[in-house]
Amino acid sequence: MKAVKQVQGNAFPLNRADVDTDQIIPKQFLKRIERTGYGEFAFFDWRKDDDFIINQPDYAGAPIMLAQQNFGCGSSREHAVWALDDMGIEAVIAPSFGDIFRNNSSKVGLLTIELPQEDVDYLMSRAEELPSSEIKIDLQAQTVSVGAEWTRQFEIDPFAKHRLLNGLDDIGITLENEDDISAFESERDALKPDTTPALESATKMG
Amino acid sequence: MTEPQTIIEKIWDQHVVRQEGGKPDLLYIDLHLVHEVTSPQAFEGLRLSGRKVRRPDLTLGTVDHNVPTTDRSLPNPDPLSAQQIEVMRKNCEEFGVPLWDIFDIRQGIVHIIGPEHGLTQPGMTIVCGDSHTSTHGAFGAIAFGIGTSEVEHVLATQTLPQLYPRTMSVEVTGELHDGVTAKDVTLAVIRETGVDGGVGHIIEYHGDVIRNLSMEGRMTVCNMTIEGGARAGLVAPDDTTFEYLKGREFAPQGEEWDRAVEEWRALATDDGATFDKYVALKGEAIAPHITWGTTPAQSIAINERVPSPEDAPTPSAKETAERSLVYMDLQAGTPIADVAIDRVFIGSCTNGRIEDLRAAAKTIEGHKVADSVGAMVVPGSGLVKQQAEEEGLDAIFKDAGFEWREAGCSMCLGMNPDILLPGERCASTSNRNFEGRQGAGGRTHLVSPQMAAAAAVAGHFVDIREFNA
Repeated sequence: MKAVKQVQGNAFPLNRADVDTDQIIPKQFLKRIERTGYGEFAFFDWRKDDDFIINQPDYAGAPIMLAQQNFGCGSSREHAVWALDDMGIEAVIAPSFGDIFRNNSSKVGLLTIELPQEDVDYLMSRAEELPSSEIKIDLQAQTVSVGAEWTRQFEIDPFAKHRLLNGLDDIGITLENEDDISAFESERDALKPDTTPALESATKMG
Repeated sequence: MTEPQTIIEKIWDQHVVRQEGGKPDLLYIDLHLVHEVTSPQAFEGLRLSGRKVRRPDLTLGTVDHNVPTTDRSLPNPDPLSAQQIEVMRKNCEEFGVPLWDIFDIRQGIVHIIGPEHGLTQPGMTIVCGDSHTSTHGAFGAIAFGIGTSEVEHVLATQTLPQLYPRTMSVEVTGELHDGVTAKDVTLAVIRETGVDGGVGHIIEYHGDVIRNLSMEGRMTVCNMTIEGGARAGLVAPDDTTFEYLKGREFAPQGEEWDRAVEEWRALATDDGATFDKYVALKGEAIAPHITWGTTPAQSIAINERVPSPEDAPTPSAKETAERSLVYMDLQAGTPIADVAIDRVFIGSCTNGRIEDLRAAAKTIEGHKVADSVGAMVVPGSGLVKQQAEEEGLDAIFKDAGFEWREAGCSMCLGMNPDILLPGERCASTSNRNFEGRQGAGGRTHLVSPQMAAAAAVAGHFVDIREFNA
């Protein structure tokens, strides 16, 4: 995973609630077996509208996305995070996020920052009025700021912060505790099912 | 005396491998279901880092999202789909993971096949790279959807770092009127909580209405938990659960069965245990539901009118409602039952089980699908299909004018050729009415199998209570 420390730049004001992952990356692009190359398909159907915010040249290349509550709800597809990442988004700021999307983001290195509604509304209207207006996010300090006069703190799980700041591979961290996993397995309830019998071939159709 | 605990906390605590201040709990995973769409990048990650699948014996693969539901002896019409299925086959072979492949009678939607074979059992932790993994909670398991990075993590370690959940009680008391199904219960719950009311929580569903549902009905309710924002929802196991499981292939047998049932009976929320959030509904107050908008919370009773955005509680909800009406091409104030449909889809992990097909078949028996409607049934698994054919349900559907297909996710998400055309309106037993979910420009209304079947006959939505009468 890539490390993230600071994000600075302008923001897409995607002023919509309940943006689901089907909108972020529609199903027809989930047939690919790679992790990359999804950026051009992000918001594929909404982009067909010339007025859609992503199509506005003033916002081209913005590293931040602003959205309303429950961003990333719905399907577990991590492709949604890969698509945002691939189109150059480094952070999304919203009043709330879908749980699975937020988890996925923390594994990829996309910041998901929750701010109160009034703060999101402030940033949203500012970005709508002045597309070039910059937002600065400092993960270490857990702050979002606009110039010198407006700064807000955000919450983040300390372990996720540590991993993001250092770009740490989650699996590597877990495997440092492999002895604990083995110990748990040796005590584990023997009544739990195992899938080995599923290897046997069954009646074929047709 | 120990603190009273919820069933959620009990199961969680039984699976904690490691607990350390400032870090999420490391949770052991009892069963990992894998499918072709969210796993290729995870297997590739293992390959690149030289890792193995730690417990292929706790892992099961199938293909469901991207499989054709038409005659499978013909070549796959979509080369990308064929590639993904082939990659799944190779990955499972290379890493020793059992796979119920496209020609295996056991193939089906991941959330149908786990319970069907008795792999899903009380007290387990179950994950899958699919948000509807919550389905398995019907058995009293903590089951939740994960992304591809987490799929790779579970493949490599059989564990997941997870933050301790908040708990939520959803109680549905009393009883249901005729024509009201588990689907209507779950739509009513989501209407009450909103699409984000459950974020950060695991739900326990309880109350007489839940208790009196069959296992398949409980699966329908737990399935749509994620549509209210919660990753997992469960029902404490009881005699209904044990009766369903007994004798299934992967369930404990003989003396082990008795020991297992004894352990499972202890999986109940203690008297005095508290939840972080409470929601309560009365069963008698739930009517057959139908969604009118583009989120699963935008639903009304079948005898109601499409609501006006002016009545939305917040500016943001108003804006969302306005967008939904435009997308759905509906006018506020229209009786929803007057709305004509083009397509009917019966299937999915929400309503693709045998009881769903029986209910739909019973509704249409002796009727014909309206000329203006294209209708299809996609059984949730090869075995559901086989069972339905043994019962003669396929003949009822075909005689009425439904298409009878092979098992898969099909038009629930339309990754395969089963999609709506732009502007088509569908009565669907699936779980998501998002914009474009069933095909770009398609308009989805979520309903129960009975309501979908009745709509197929009438050519528009109908109140199933009147259709039955």
